[in-house]
Amino acid sequence: MTTPGTDGLGASQEPFGPPDTEWVRVSPRLVTLRRLVLVVVVVVAGALLAGLAATVGVWCVVLVVGLSLAAAVWAWLVVGRSVRSWGYAERAEDLVVVRGILYRQLVVVPYGRMQFVDVKAGPLDRRFGLATVQLHTAAAATDANIPGLGPIEAARLRDRLSARGEAQSAGL
Amino acid sequence: MPEGNRRRLHPFTPLLRGWKIFAAVVVVLGRQVYSGVTLGWDLLAIGIAVPIAVAYGFLSWRFTYYEVSAEELHLETGVLFRRSRHLRLDRLQAVDVVRPLVGRALGLAELRLEVAGGSSAEAPLAYLGEAQASALRAELLARAAGIAHDAPEAPETVLFTVPLRHLIQAAIRSSGLIVNSAVFVVLLVVGFGFGQWAAFGVALPTLLVTIPVMARPVISHFEFTVADSPDGLRLRHGLLETRSQTVPPGRVQAVRIIEPWLWRPKGWCKVEVNVAGYAGEGQDKVSVLLPVAPKAQALALLGRVLPDVDLGAPPVNPAPTRARWVDPVAWRFLAAGVDDRYFVAQRGRFQRETDIVPHEKVQSVRLSQGWLQRRLALATLHVDTTPGPVQASAAHRDAAAARALLDQETGLARAARARAAPEQWMRHSSRDREGSID
Repeated sequence: MTTPGTDGLGASQEPFGPPDTEWVRVSPRLVTLRRLVLVVVVVVAGALLAGLAATVGVWCVVLVVGLSLAAAVWAWLVVGRSVRSWGYAERAEDLVVVRGILYRQLVVVPYGRMQFVDVKAGPLDRRFGLATVQLHTAAAATDANIPGLGPIEAARLRDRLSARGEAQSAGL
Repeated sequence: MPEGNRRRLHPFTPLLRGWKIFAAVVVVLGRQVYSGVTLGWDLLAIGIAVPIAVAYGFLSWRFTYYEVSAEELHLETGVLFRRSRHLRLDRLQAVDVVRPLVGRALGLAELRLEVAGGSSAEAPLAYLGEAQASALRAELLARAAGIAHDAPEAPETVLFTVPLRHLIQAAIRSSGLIVNSAVFVVLLVVGFGFGQWAAFGVALPTLLVTIPVMARPVISHFEFTVADSPDGLRLRHGLLETRSQTVPPGRVQAVRIIEPWLWRPKGWCKVEVNVAGYAGEGQDKVSVLLPVAPKAQALALLGRVLPDVDLGAPPVNPAPTRARWVDPVAWRFLAAGVDDRYFVAQRGRFQRETDIVPHEKVQSVRLSQGWLQRRLALATLHVDTTPGPVQASAAHRDAAAARALLDQETGLARAARARAAPEQWMRHSSRDREGSID
């Protein structure tokens, strides 16, 4: 829904639209990873609940399995949309990150304000060839992280960001 | 690194740090003697523990020293685990001299150097003699300002002092006290109505708990004095523990003017500030620029912190009428806008708040939208600064207008950063300093 043009508004009128270029979207592998985690959680939780429900009766097991399947399908779709909603744009002086479907957020971080840049990747992330780039400023409220980048892309982005940060560094 | 520049803390330091333990030992022993218990093992344990503690205190003092050079403060601490810390003076955000009650009796003070990013004071020099502490403060500020380190302590002019009666009246007019008094009265009336005299025992504590809450600001802001000097603003306050803060020019990141409901008939307000480095400390102690003052005087003082600020006619526009669906109580009081130097946001029906952020202090700008806001085409703009009591945001703006404001603020902040003053505030040829990241 955050892609511009879907609701007929121009980029300038869409409040969460990209600044002047298109959003760079994150890797679709992140969707696969999150869906995989989701399936594992649903199967384990569903099995536990079904085990509990079996003490009550067969109808209860059917109910539990049905509900968890419905929840899984809903979450499956939400994960896809939520990952597709992440996007970032590198501009001359700042980085813009957008995300979220229910709670949408757009953050503009000037390169000159960056204190440091993190690249994080957990074991599962590495398995899927994914990494998260996180920007930190002197403000704790700055909430700018970009998940689902390829490791090489993430390292390049980090290097670009820190080079620009150094070039444009401003005092507090 | 010449040995000669190394300086030690005051030799009474272990005494001041350890007096509480010492007092506890005396009390325990005293009680035992008083109740006629024989002092066998206790005495032995104390006989071993006390010399160890004394030796540790002495060693810890022996191993701690500091050294000031042109660029930085170097602090060495630790007996077993040595820690050596170098603090860049041009990154200094504030210098506080704190004198705890017992320290005042011994003529000792703690010097706290605040740098951005620390969770507490990064280099507390505890304790120094009082004269030594103020001389060191003057030296550090002179070096941080980029002038000769042996320059005399900058002269100051007192701008404002808060009378005690204002502090007390402000505390009495706090909404917490009013609410708790009302609860007290209701409990009493209900209790007596049912003939339950025990209600008094239940009601009294609700009143008693408010006393420390009320008294704390009076004690910590006692004789609050604001003075101006070339080193920056100086704030002095405190009844038991006194604190003398120096905030150099350009170190104030954001300002909030608070007008509580019950203060408004008096025309009073409170001013809080964000200063990088004060994060994580008792905000009530360090982040208050004015605990209570008539608004006109507060605005006059603000003019010194934020030049050209005009709060007679703040550059704000109200939020759209449909904001009433998300904020039915105070939507009428939501307003925000920018001029060429500041971002200003206002809110609050009962407690009015005005946030002011200079464009050159903005760290990042965010736009957020919950699902209800999205249905109403509203969005909230956040202007992030260093941590502190002020979190500036313009809630429930028209979404397209909020995006326009975000783009405008981004541009204004970029321009303001480009012409920002140097960190060494006395040195105006700013570009001789190399860019640096801590």
